[in-house]
Amino acid sequence: MRNEENPAGAPPTIADAARVDLLLVADMVDPNSRVLDVGCGDGALLRLLAEEKGVDARGIELSQRGVNDCVAKGLSVIQGDADTDLEAYPDDAFDYVILSQTLQATRHPRKVLEHMLRIGRHAIVSFPNFGHWRIRAQVALGGHMPLTRNLSCPWYDTPNIHFCTILDFVALVQEIDARIERGVALDRFGAPLAYSAPWIWNLFGEQGVFRLTRKR
Amino acid sequence: MTLVSASKAAGLREVDAPHSLVAHFGAEHPLQMDAGISFSPLTIAYQTYGALNADKSNAVLVCHALTGDQHVANDHPITGKPGWWQTMVGPGRPIDTDRYFVISSNVVGGCMGTTGPASLNPTTGRPYGLDLPIVTIRDMVRAQAMLIDHLGIDTIFCVVGGSMGGMQVLQWVASFQERVFAAMPIATAAKHSSQNIAFHEVGRQAVMADPDWRRGRYLEEGVIPTKGLAVARMAAHITYLSDEALQSKFGRKLQGRVAPTFSFDAEFQIENYLRYQGMSFVDRFDANSYLYVTRACDYFDLAADYDGSLALAFKGAKTRFCVVSFNSDWLYPTAASRAIVHALNAGGASVSFVDIETDRGHDAFLLNIPEFIATSRGFLDAAARARGLPPAKTRAS
Repeated sequence: MRNEENPAGAPPTIADAARVDLLLVADMVDPNSRVLDVGCGDGALLRLLAEEKGVDARGIELSQRGVNDCVAKGLSVIQGDADTDLEAYPDDAFDYVILSQTLQATRHPRKVLEHMLRIGRHAIVSFPNFGHWRIRAQVALGGHMPLTRNLSCPWYDTPNIHFCTILDFVALVQEIDARIERGVALDRFGAPLAYSAPWIWNLFGEQGVFRLTRKR
Repeated sequence: MTLVSASKAAGLREVDAPHSLVAHFGAEHPLQMDAGISFSPLTIAYQTYGALNADKSNAVLVCHALTGDQHVANDHPITGKPGWWQTMVGPGRPIDTDRYFVISSNVVGGCMGTTGPASLNPTTGRPYGLDLPIVTIRDMVRAQAMLIDHLGIDTIFCVVGGSMGGMQVLQWVASFQERVFAAMPIATAAKHSSQNIAFHEVGRQAVMADPDWRRGRYLEEGVIPTKGLAVARMAAHITYLSDEALQSKFGRKLQGRVAPTFSFDAEFQIENYLRYQGMSFVDRFDANSYLYVTRACDYFDLAADYDGSLALAFKGAKTRFCVVSFNSDWLYPTAASRAIVHALNAGGASVSFVDIETDRGHDAFLLNIPEFIATSRGFLDAAARARGLPPAKTRAS
């Protein structure tokens, strides 16, 4: 029999940063709802949602290994990516569309967000905050592109092509006629910040997790 | 005049006396064909592996490709070679014959025991030849459904197949969605493209251009259009392989010589290989059957039966899907599978999709590609759990 867990030594298919916000994202999802997880990795979140919340869990994942892990778990996951495959889903197909730690790696983040809010009643997005003081300091004082624990790839070798700050994200949400239902910023240890003003998030949050919905 | 070889004679015997189980359907159970004909009598030749459980909930139907047959996991009665899908079907394989009751039948229009153009037409006492109505993928599936009924099975646990077999899988869900628990369409398309039809037409014209084809009446005249059928197979075989695979296997290597001889002999290894593929094919396949099965694929356009919407074909299906494509397959490319996936998603179906990375081209579905085998195993194991089937026996690895 095939072992369903990753064999020892295999590279994890979702970043450690994503694991931190897994429970937080799960907490934003109502039981027995329909969920599409875009960039679902090895299906850890989908499985959690299916088992703990009775969710009808679907996924999209780029890596063949990730898809295979998901399929072996009995999850319905298609190989594809946010930029090309969201288009084909009909309006209101899901209650929640989740994009965890991937927005900054998409070619067209705005289009992706718009599709998420078209096919889902809610969108849940988590991303690394480029406005964090540590990153600002590295650019301002060090004069180099930042390298942190969560953003560990050098500029020439990073999948992250569309970095934004939390304030930038909030502005984009306004622009696409959506509103933030819930927002949380996480510190470097993955703990939610006690204060929840956007400028505090922007300065002290290493990651932002937001649940959005359409204004109309 | 071409002499009928011993092995070809054996092939012809498979038409009327196959090394298989057979089910006969008389005038009281005609096959309603898309050509508008109630066809009878019909014989279906099939193989089974494993045992049907008491609930009759563990049946897997394997649909074969263009020139495949029901001999999925046993030595072939004509060629003596291993079954065509022993990488997938057998004890401990993804389609585990220790767990599942595996059924595979020769398609209508075939030449391995199911009624086809080489079968005797009881009203004339001669082979049907081109008097057999044109067969469609849906006709093949209707016949399979008659066999499944005959076996007393209501719901099939999984219908699986590659290439033309994959088309049958899609048609199964469209026609009988409540009877299919899980479905695996592999390296296939929901319709034949213009290019697909074009290649098939080249093959058919090669057969028909052979003077021994005799307007399809060659069997009565004691000849076989071997040259035409071999050329058809050679052309088709190129479409089953990728440029990369041909290049790495043969390149420009010469056949049994160190320098070109400036002749039209099989100078290059690829020529020799294709000639061999062509000549060995005619030993086991009927030329008219080749016309019929290629035609069936050409007519396949699942969406056309549903107002042009593939999503409508799968609407409301509770079937769990696993769609598989291979990135170097240019016959039924990844985009064709993606179109199926998008239609399934649009209908809200439960679908998984993997595009397997390999340089082996369309034929990859017949090969031992570890990622493909792992996907299939994972999907079937999870579906079996959902179906409440007992887990696989543990085997020493």
